[in-house]
Amino acid sequence: MPLNIIISGVGGQGNVLASQVLGGVASDNGFNVTIGETFGLSQRGGPVMSHVRLSKKKHYGPLIPPNMGHVIIGLEPLEALRIADDFANRETTFIVNSRPIFPLNVIAGDVDYPPPEKIKLLLSERAAALHWIDASDEAIKLGNPILMNMIMLGAACGLEAFPFSIDHIKNTLSSMFPPSKLEINAKALDIGLNLIS
Amino acid sequence: MTNLMTNKRGGIQALLQGNQAIARGALEGGVSFCAAYPGNPSSEILETLAEAATCLPIYVEWSINEKVALEAATAASFAGLRAIASMKQNGVNVASDFLTNLSLSGIKGGLVLVSCDDPGGISSTNEEDARLFATLADIPLLEPSTPVEALEMTKWAFTLSEEIQNIVLLRSVSRLSHTRSNVTLGPLPEFSASPRVDTSIQFHTFPVVPKHITRHDKLDKAKVLFEASPFNQYKGPPAPELLIISSGCASAYAEEAVDILHLSENVGVLKLATTWPIPDNLVKTHIQSCDKILFLEDVDPFIENQVKSLAADMMTELGIKQFFGKASGHAPDSGEQSPEIILRVLRDLFGINPEPQNRGYGDKKRGDTLVPPREFGFCPGCPHRSSYYAIKTALAWDGRDGFVSGDIGCYTMGIWPTGFNQVKSVHAMGAGSGLACGYGKLKRFGFDQPVVTVCGDSTFFHSGIPPLINAKFNQADMLLVILDNSATAMTGFQPHPGTGITAMGEKTDPVDIEIFCRSLNIDVSVADPYEMKQTAQAIYGLVQKKGPRVLILKRTCALVEGKERGFPYEVKVNQDLCLGEDCGCNRYCTRIFRCPGLVWDEENQKAKIDEVICVGCGVCTEVCPRQAIVKKKIS
Repeated sequence: MPLNIIISGVGGQGNVLASQVLGGVASDNGFNVTIGETFGLSQRGGPVMSHVRLSKKKHYGPLIPPNMGHVIIGLEPLEALRIADDFANRETTFIVNSRPIFPLNVIAGDVDYPPPEKIKLLLSERAAALHWIDASDEAIKLGNPILMNMIMLGAACGLEAFPFSIDHIKNTLSSMFPPSKLEINAKALDIGLNLIS
Repeated sequence: MTNLMTNKRGGIQALLQGNQAIARGALEGGVSFCAAYPGNPSSEILETLAEAATCLPIYVEWSINEKVALEAATAASFAGLRAIASMKQNGVNVASDFLTNLSLSGIKGGLVLVSCDDPGGISSTNEEDARLFATLADIPLLEPSTPVEALEMTKWAFTLSEEIQNIVLLRSVSRLSHTRSNVTLGPLPEFSASPRVDTSIQFHTFPVVPKHITRHDKLDKAKVLFEASPFNQYKGPPAPELLIISSGCASAYAEEAVDILHLSENVGVLKLATTWPIPDNLVKTHIQSCDKILFLEDVDPFIENQVKSLAADMMTELGIKQFFGKASGHAPDSGEQSPEIILRVLRDLFGINPEPQNRGYGDKKRGDTLVPPREFGFCPGCPHRSSYYAIKTALAWDGRDGFVSGDIGCYTMGIWPTGFNQVKSVHAMGAGSGLACGYGKLKRFGFDQPVVTVCGDSTFFHSGIPPLINAKFNQADMLLVILDNSATAMTGFQPHPGTGITAMGEKTDPVDIEIFCRSLNIDVSVADPYEMKQTAQAIYGLVQKKGPRVLILKRTCALVEGKERGFPYEVKVNQDLCLGEDCGCNRYCTRIFRCPGLVWDEENQKAKIDEVICVGCGVCTEVCPRQAIVKKKIS
């Protein structure tokens, strides 16, 4: 079976870039990589989900079969919960960024955003481990909320189920990003790792 | 950062999206001329080629619509060059008038039409299966299933096209176009184009019947080549209990499902990549050894119908077969294929206990019952929100139950609360104005509802101009509001005739929509949608007039503005002024205006600005009856 990683979030959070970086790291380290990206109208605040599938044997299809996710990186709490029943199982590890992005229907008062404590409880019940981290707050402290995606990737490096280290990611970043952006992204990765260990 | 797309020698690995793989395949296939009109999920093909054009001697253009794109690419083919036109499924409809005639005339240089279909309508108004155009136009059809195949098959498509002297259709789907895989690049050929039209040859469709016969001969030739194609592959036992015939992404899902359910000794998967015309002998060999056949493919029963027809023709030889698929109800006949669906079908056919995969959840209530859907909305600062707010206000003042005839672009979302549900119909590019021409002639029957039709700048160039001329010709009472945000925003900011820049980054004299409309000698005015009150007054005034009228609402797309210049204001809610639930406005700002950057503060039960999301356009300051939303100019 391949290693199945899901990155789930909202348009504009840097989901696709995070999955591309992860895919690049895996490719550099000898994996066959398939990344299925669902974005559609996501630039307009819709959900974005990337399925990252890694195998040393072959390329798998772009969608993970039901409940076969190993690691789920939720860039937004609601988007982690949205896919939990479909893709998680009792051995899944969740890393979830605590900062909500409210859907317009929540802003308008038509529906409620579930309380964070409830989301945490539901995710914990559905997984082997839940790491609930304040990645957006750390990114804002670092100077730009968009760095949240790298903080989340850094955090993933602290997981047993995750086959890459911070150095693997930094190596790949150096061929993907212009030098001017390397330092701040490397810093974000380190912050992420510290949040988990 | 190196651009792997233009790597000459190849032999290296690159993580390519399906669309990038198609672009690289075109380059490896020696393409010289590339044209397209943007549309999800196809846009990245031409974007990738445009980037490659900065260091390779190829020509790349965003045409004003798909028909012109295909025609422009065909000219290059007539002059002996290899050419490609790419578009989304709806675009093939637009190009089809030319396509069905082109396939009668034939071509010279290899010519490939790429259609990126959108099963599930993830970013489209429909999920039509453009493969049917291959049967309509009698042209060969290729269906890659992975980025690796997308590259290889696009490359081969040019050879095939030249061999049979006709255009070839290559079909991708959203899931493939937007899937990334590591792909090994091949070498790029030497680019040495020397276009010349041989004037001893004519490209036309006459006499029609003999040309039609020739077209069928070309298709037969393709069929022979398809019989030996290495892209069609079988995995499984020699005589399986069940044969799955599939194409595209469904093939990978099927293979994995067979593994998951431990059926590899019972089930074989025949992945077809050359799907019109299907290679009869290959298919015959496989169905000969199996009595039960399941079809898995995206959207229509395209392969299913062909195989059934083949089986009917060969019934005396092959015997009776049992088919499972869309017709039998085993596979859904709408929407996208998925591993979940395929696992369900196989469990059903083999009587495998539907053991819940979500191990250990027991009978726990699904957690996602608590999860609200994420409503689509205009971006913070989007001028369309203000435009629709002004239209809504004007139509309410008018009081005759007016409405908006909609069109294709970001502003399609006017059908939803983000556009105050003002838009009452959406179909095809330019259709909003065409419909408005009709509404504009209903007065003689007693119709008195005011109709506003909206059209974006790129859509106006694509197909909004003919209906406007029709309105002038037939003196239709039509108010066309052109939502000019100076961008093809929905599909990723591709340049268009109004932006003054081409796909290859060259400067060009922009088409001025206002001057263009004025040349028709009709009522034309311009307003700034950020000035919502003045815009509403302008619309109200125009609604009372007769004949064709144009109002251009000019304001740059907020995403472009944010990137290029930034917004001038810092916006805050003065919570001392906001009365919250006691105001009587019933949370008007968040309930109605619905900007993602203006949220409800649960703690204080008042409105507040989310400073991470607010871009600082300052428009929302107009909607608060207490003037509690304030903007401060950033120095």
